[in-house]
Amino acid sequence: MAKVTIDGIEVEVPNGASVLQACEAAGVEIPRFCYHERLSVAGNCRMCLVEVEKAPKPVASCAFPVADGMKVFTDTEMVRRARRGVMEFLLINHPLDCPICDQGGECDLQDQAMAYGGDASRYKEEKRVVKDKYMGPLVKTIMTRCIQCTRCIRFATEVAGTAELGATSRGEHMEVGTYVEKALTSELSGNLIDICPVGALTSRPYAFVSRPWELQKADGIDVLDATGTNIRIDTRGGEVLRILPRINEDVNEEWLADRGRFSFDGLKRKRLDRPWVRQGGKLVPATWQQAFEAIAAAFTAPGAKLGALAGDLADVESTLALKELMASLGSNNLDCRTDGAAIDTSRRDFYSFNTSIAGIEEADALLIIGSNPRTEAPVLNARIRKRVVAGGFPVGVVGPQGMDLTYGHDWLGEGGATLRALASGAHRFCEVLRTAKKPMLILGRNALARADGATLLAVAWQIAAFNGMLKPDWHGFNLLHRFGGQHGALDLGFVSGLPMAKMLTGGVDALWVLGADGQDLSAVPASTFVVVQGHHGDAAAARADVILPGAAYTEKDAAWVNTEGRVQLGFQAVHPPGEAREDWKVLRAASAVLGKPLPYDTLEALRARLVSAYPVFAQGDALPRFACTDTTGPAGDISGLRDDALALPAGNYWQQDPISRASETMAECARTYAAPAALAAE
Amino acid sequence: MALSDKDRIFTNLYGVQHWGLEAARKRGNWDGTKDIILKGRDWIIEEVKNSGLRGRGGAGFPTGMKWSFMPKQASERPHYLVVNSDESEPGTCKDRDILRHDPHTLIEGCLIAGVGMGAHAGYIYVRGEYYNEHLILQAAIDEAYAAGLIGKNACGTGFDFDLYVHRGAGAYICGEETALIESLEGKKGMPRLKPPFPAAVGLYGCPSTVNNVETIAVVPTILRRGAAWFAGFGRPRNSGTKIFCIQGHVNKPCNVEEEMSMPLKELIERHAGGVRGGWDNLLAVIPGGSSTPMLPKSICDDVLMDFDALRDHKTGLGTAGVIVMDKSTDLIKAIARLSKFYKHESCGQCTPCREGMGWVGRMMDRMVEGRAEVAEIDVLEQVTRQIEGHTICALADGGVWPVQGLIRHFRPMMEERIAAYKARSAGAAPVALAAE
Repeated sequence: MAKVTIDGIEVEVPNGASVLQACEAAGVEIPRFCYHERLSVAGNCRMCLVEVEKAPKPVASCAFPVADGMKVFTDTEMVRRARRGVMEFLLINHPLDCPICDQGGECDLQDQAMAYGGDASRYKEEKRVVKDKYMGPLVKTIMTRCIQCTRCIRFATEVAGTAELGATSRGEHMEVGTYVEKALTSELSGNLIDICPVGALTSRPYAFVSRPWELQKADGIDVLDATGTNIRIDTRGGEVLRILPRINEDVNEEWLADRGRFSFDGLKRKRLDRPWVRQGGKLVPATWQQAFEAIAAAFTAPGAKLGALAGDLADVESTLALKELMASLGSNNLDCRTDGAAIDTSRRDFYSFNTSIAGIEEADALLIIGSNPRTEAPVLNARIRKRVVAGGFPVGVVGPQGMDLTYGHDWLGEGGATLRALASGAHRFCEVLRTAKKPMLILGRNALARADGATLLAVAWQIAAFNGMLKPDWHGFNLLHRFGGQHGALDLGFVSGLPMAKMLTGGVDALWVLGADGQDLSAVPASTFVVVQGHHGDAAAARADVILPGAAYTEKDAAWVNTEGRVQLGFQAVHPPGEAREDWKVLRAASAVLGKPLPYDTLEALRARLVSAYPVFAQGDALPRFACTDTTGPAGDISGLRDDALALPAGNYWQQDPISRASETMAECARTYAAPAALAAE
Repeated sequence: MALSDKDRIFTNLYGVQHWGLEAARKRGNWDGTKDIILKGRDWIIEEVKNSGLRGRGGAGFPTGMKWSFMPKQASERPHYLVVNSDESEPGTCKDRDILRHDPHTLIEGCLIAGVGMGAHAGYIYVRGEYYNEHLILQAAIDEAYAAGLIGKNACGTGFDFDLYVHRGAGAYICGEETALIESLEGKKGMPRLKPPFPAAVGLYGCPSTVNNVETIAVVPTILRRGAAWFAGFGRPRNSGTKIFCIQGHVNKPCNVEEEMSMPLKELIERHAGGVRGGWDNLLAVIPGGSSTPMLPKSICDDVLMDFDALRDHKTGLGTAGVIVMDKSTDLIKAIARLSKFYKHESCGQCTPCREGMGWVGRMMDRMVEGRAEVAEIDVLEQVTRQIEGHTICALADGGVWPVQGLIRHFRPMMEERIAAYKARSAGAAPVALAAE
């Protein structure tokens, strides 16, 4: 530790800390543009200059290491002059078009110019103008505003792992761009908008939409992947205008994947905004009462076999309500594995990301099985990349060859034979795993969605057990889910009775489908009465006998469980459209018509019931971590594993769920990235 | 008290003899190199320290001290010697003559410096435009390899030393030591933040020392003839001999190796044939390459050419590129041209230099015409102060010093120019300004 005096305030900071960090520890604010906690230090904006005793010149506090006994002054004439000078330089070639700039009101340059800038310009020469550059459908550029801080370059290179941005030319002609103009290929490109301190990189979908001070803000959880990214939903007049990440060091740090950030325009399209009932083979608009009565007729018919599905985007509360409603109707035919993944719910660590996302940084070897974390959970992938960059982290992959994970990896094989070798120790990569102190594996959920999925799960566990991943102080077995509703439903034990395949092929007479709008129900025989409760008119609604309009994740107070089993609360940002209601309320109202009223009238009561019945939800977002005292694995015979190649989720990254499929922005991304050939032909 | 021929280090500066090894040996190069090396690292550093040699690249940092910053104990990270021959300073052309006429002084110096800092590899970063010079240097290195002077078991001392030549691609900033290292590593030549200094984290992250060509090239002779010999020239703390590049409005522009602390007037009159039109026709001199502030004739009359004397007059010895300007010179235009150069060569990394150089350059362009207000001279001065000392490297300092020198010594000339412009354009419509 080093003792440093900042403006007379004595603080102790670790050796190697920068002067800027010491100033922050002392509560002294240092203006900065290029410095960012999560990026390498560039030291080029020169805004953070401070005076250090005995130094002849002001020093850049972001890059200057502290020394014991150092005296720093941040409010001397030298410092004030330096800041004023740098600010003046930054502004002379800045267009000062704040009135038409989307960054206005949340712009670092604007804020700091208020604090440190002069009141008039002395610059009488011609200003620089820089041609805008195309960076794809998500990031809009107004490059004249750029102050060359190079945060974006460093983000793309270091965090996103796609070194597509760089500076060309020198001096005042230095420009940030993609060298050869092209769309950015990172799934984290939206974060460039956040880290740009000025309005050079802004959100294309949000261009000229709103001002920050007009927005109402609600805290939410992104459910479009299973990372559980903490988000802030900005709304105005009942409309979601943008989604930004919140900081959560344990989950997403401060990043958000593009699908979670930009697909919200799908929340305004293809919505189910009123109940529908099928009459004479056609869906016709109905009242809630008519819809519930139709349901009651089917679900309370004597001898009717009932079943329920909870989908990828179902929240915890409504899933519990549905489970208890089915129980009160005498059915235990429940399945939440709508993708067909053979998940064993007998123990929580069989289906959880046990290492935890932050725990990745402690691991020292990784085996990825049947997953492309870059597209399945981009923010989590950034954490893996961070660990890889830190060094000493070999990554082996069983799955398709040639995946670009943004970090180098050792491709071991594509299917069952490789897994068997890994489980028995015959594979060369076992040596890497067994010499590691904290090895981990990530099993893609999609890999389990095959006929021998249960066997594959058992083999994966065996690989973990055999290669020293399961220890009393370390749990290296991880299942990577794909959506925000998947883990929570498993925690509720929404897996019992008939499996989904049976329910969809006539095994039940009446089926309630919750939060699985994208589920293909076309194979369900006409004899089965299907209730679809959800928010989007996607594949499932086409086969529905009754449609109950529910709320999307931005429209309800709800708990979500991310892939590591972290329970997080999202809050309502806007109201559901039309007659749609929050899902637990729909179920509560339906239960009354069905004659089995659920015993809770408020969300608080429902949550109290949740916590008492499932203590795992009482922990809040605290995670018990790193313990595997029982290495007995899920049932399955290793010899039954087929040699087929492991499959990744079908389709492109941008359109994976009903919301993103309804999104124009995501459709444009898909056109740009997934089918560039078709685009070129147009 | 001029330097006598027997005391010259660069005896083939003018290329009268061949640059090759055979001729170089006859001139005394590579004589007793083995003995010098065998005296060991500590002796070499101590001797260089005692000689008072200060870096010849512009900053004048004591060379022996610089070498002593290299870690004493070798770790798994190798040490590197990097020689800066990216000689791009306007007004400076001394390294070029060393490279093409006396390359073996440099190669021998590299070997000895390598011993002095425990470096088994040296990189010579040659300015891209010095194409023929790099060919000669490479040929001389090949000769030295063939003669067993460098390479494995260099000079039979058991010390391995490899020397590589790398050509730059034409950027002034790559002469800044950390930008040079970046460029050498294959990256864009942009200066690094210091600390850490190259002696701790330099080329490829390893301890490195970057020295100017002339600095390295004088070392063998110093060690052969003794530190006291070298220290005997010039004033204390400014000892040794130095190559001066005298150009501009002189009768015989030349490169000349001369004793430090020689009066500027004597230097010009003895070696360059005097100022064009006589000493009284002198207007100003830029004493140390384009980055140093100019001196008016009144100071030139008796100033000594060394680090401290020039510093006392708020300028510097720099690279000793003496640019002489007689009374026919438009000083404002001359400095405006230098400003344009620095604007063009700013790397663009840090704000004050990137933005400020353009501002200074454009204001200077107006000052040439006189299309400005008198008060803007103060703005210009303040802008240069806002740039100076606030940047990552020293390019910006060197870029604004000429302007500061102009304002310091010739402000009345600038004011006259403005008044003349006003008189000329009186009655004409005021100039529309972009920012209005």
